[in-house]
Amino acid sequence: MALIDLTAAEAHLVAPRGGDGGTGNSDLLVEPRYFDRDQVITHVASAIAALAFTWLVYERLTVFSGDLGFLVVWWVSFTGFVYVTSRQQWGSVVATNNLVRVVVTSAAALALIPLAAILLAVIVRGWRGMQISFLTTTMRTASTESKFSQGGAWHAIVGTLEVVGLAALMSVPLGIMTAVFLNEVGGRLAMPVRMLTDAMSAIPSIVAGLFIFAVLIQSHYLDQTGFSGALALSILMLPTVTRTAEVVLRLVPGGLREASLALGSTEWRTTKNVVLPTARTGLVTAVVLGVARIIGETAPLIVTMLGSQLFNANPFANKQDALPIYIWTQKLTSTGDNTVTANWMWAGAFVLMVLVLILFVTARILGNRTVGVRRG
Amino acid sequence: MFTPGSTARKVASTCVVSTVRVSAADTPLTLVDDVPIDIAVSRGASDRAYRGVSYIAGGTTLLLMALIAFFLVKRGWQAIDYEGWGFFTKTEWNPTAAGGTFGVAALLLGTAIIAIIALALAVPIAIGVALFITEFAPRRVRKSLTSLVDLLAAVPSLIYGIWGAIILQPKEIYVSRFLSAHFAWFPGFHTTSVTGHGPTNLADFASSGFLAGIVVALMILPISAAIMREVFAQAPPGEKEGALALGGTRWGVIRDVVVPFGRGGIVGGSMLGLGRALGETIAVALLVSRSTRTHDLLEVLKTGGNSIAATIARSWAESSGMATSALIAAGLVLFVVTLIVNAGAAVVVNRSRSGATTEI
Repeated sequence: MALIDLTAAEAHLVAPRGGDGGTGNSDLLVEPRYFDRDQVITHVASAIAALAFTWLVYERLTVFSGDLGFLVVWWVSFTGFVYVTSRQQWGSVVATNNLVRVVVTSAAALALIPLAAILLAVIVRGWRGMQISFLTTTMRTASTESKFSQGGAWHAIVGTLEVVGLAALMSVPLGIMTAVFLNEVGGRLAMPVRMLTDAMSAIPSIVAGLFIFAVLIQSHYLDQTGFSGALALSILMLPTVTRTAEVVLRLVPGGLREASLALGSTEWRTTKNVVLPTARTGLVTAVVLGVARIIGETAPLIVTMLGSQLFNANPFANKQDALPIYIWTQKLTSTGDNTVTANWMWAGAFVLMVLVLILFVTARILGNRTVGVRRG
Repeated sequence: MFTPGSTARKVASTCVVSTVRVSAADTPLTLVDDVPIDIAVSRGASDRAYRGVSYIAGGTTLLLMALIAFFLVKRGWQAIDYEGWGFFTKTEWNPTAAGGTFGVAALLLGTAIIAIIALALAVPIAIGVALFITEFAPRRVRKSLTSLVDLLAAVPSLIYGIWGAIILQPKEIYVSRFLSAHFAWFPGFHTTSVTGHGPTNLADFASSGFLAGIVVALMILPISAAIMREVFAQAPPGEKEGALALGGTRWGVIRDVVVPFGRGGIVGGSMLGLGRALGETIAVALLVSRSTRTHDLLEVLKTGGNSIAATIARSWAESSGMATSALIAAGLVLFVVTLIVNAGAAVVVNRSRSGATTEI
């Protein structure tokens, strides 16, 4: 999951050295201008004509119904009109180009509609019933007949923070050390490790949960506690941290390493005092991306943690809840759209989404800083 | 994916020496090619410890993958042994604590159907998104668009699931009914009634594989689009400028430079999306009604739909004994299938000329 544009960070490093860095399109010196005034007029006119045409079709044909059908017919006729009018003015080459532009632009717009719809749904519905008590109450006395203020996600929020924190505590050092191994030490083992890291990042999340269950819980080494959930999540987090950290370490200029080695420092001191500090912000990004990868994971937690209605601050004993399990449980128990459980569910989703957004923005801000710039 | 090009390390530990050698004829002096020679390094205790620790860290990944495969086989073997080949051919899924009858065939079929629907919807749109960002979007908005697509990838699948079940489904059933009424000739769109009220009853179309396919398509779209965008962006600027200089349009550049160059990225991005779609758990578990009758699964618009991961998630809590083993064995099948798909994706992306530095 490329949550962050590392090629952009790479460009900062590479460009001043004179290469084009293979970062592609932004290096085009000439940006041809096809979309002039005549083109704009053609497109707007086609849109209006298509609107009129669709209205006509809708009056005549009863096969189609609803807003969606209207939109589809309008879009098809719009692209058709753009093609025909462009062809008459500029010939088939430009007409095809215009057609492709409309189709491609529509695809991009189409991809962003669900994003807007999801964010809107979570914000509107999550905010609707939201009370501050939601963040401080547990589900100890709550039932499907309760009022909204009688239940909350305090126990789940604490559980999520502890479980994700524990997972990070396990996979961050291991992931960064693996990245150091891949990039600084290497050797014959590097190839298979790199391949299996990629394979690991493709593991379905539920399989990670099954693994922890099969190894530790079924053999009674562990109970279904927060810690078991953290172990399952750390399996999912490890490859994300490793791969992002490896990309970041590769951006550290070789000259810095050579200078350090030439001054007589050992490999370990070079890594500790030069490579890792230089890549500091990038490594933080790797951690943030890893956390963002696992914070919403539900399936492995269902298998390894089961969930709970009660507050439990100790992840090593007894059952614990986490936000994803909380949302999942409320969804399964809710019977309708306006019930109190549905409201709890949306409020939980809202809190989870806020956490994800905070992580996302943090990763963006850190990722936009240039890696490998020497500090005073 | 990553070229092992840690040049810095190589340069640091070897030394490039220009050897000057006197030729047999004594004159003139010729410069022989630069030959890197290894410097004999004697490492101190701290460096040996450092290398040892980093080797252990790297080895942990290998060990973990081996352990995952081993324990899934070990715990799932009870179920596979109990059913024999039937585990792969039977369609019913009724494991009990003591035994029962079960096989993954229907679950696997349901998983494949959802993945195919998701891929059919997501890949064309993902190509469009990637092309728009690299070729058509004004330069100012390219970065923000990339961010937005990445944000789409960061939304937890659980949230996709509840959104799909509560917000999308009431709208989607009308589309399903429309498709079954007017496009019944299309494979999979023919629908027979469940409730006996004829296929015009909206309830017939709730919780279908089609709905799950749409939601999974939304989830794999940003992943595929990100790969394709990176590959497209690496199309050589010189060739693109050449095409433009010859009077080509943007479409000409796309058709003759960007797409041929990025073909590996398109295939690889789609296959990675496929891997994700096969393993998607929670969203599918919330959206399908978990039918195991093959003719229900094949009528994708109708109530039904199933997947391995969804079955594990939904029936995990009340399983024990043989049933648990059966679920773990099903998880093993899923693990193997996704590994094969992703390995294929990695090979395709790596082989393409453009994908050499693509992060997947």
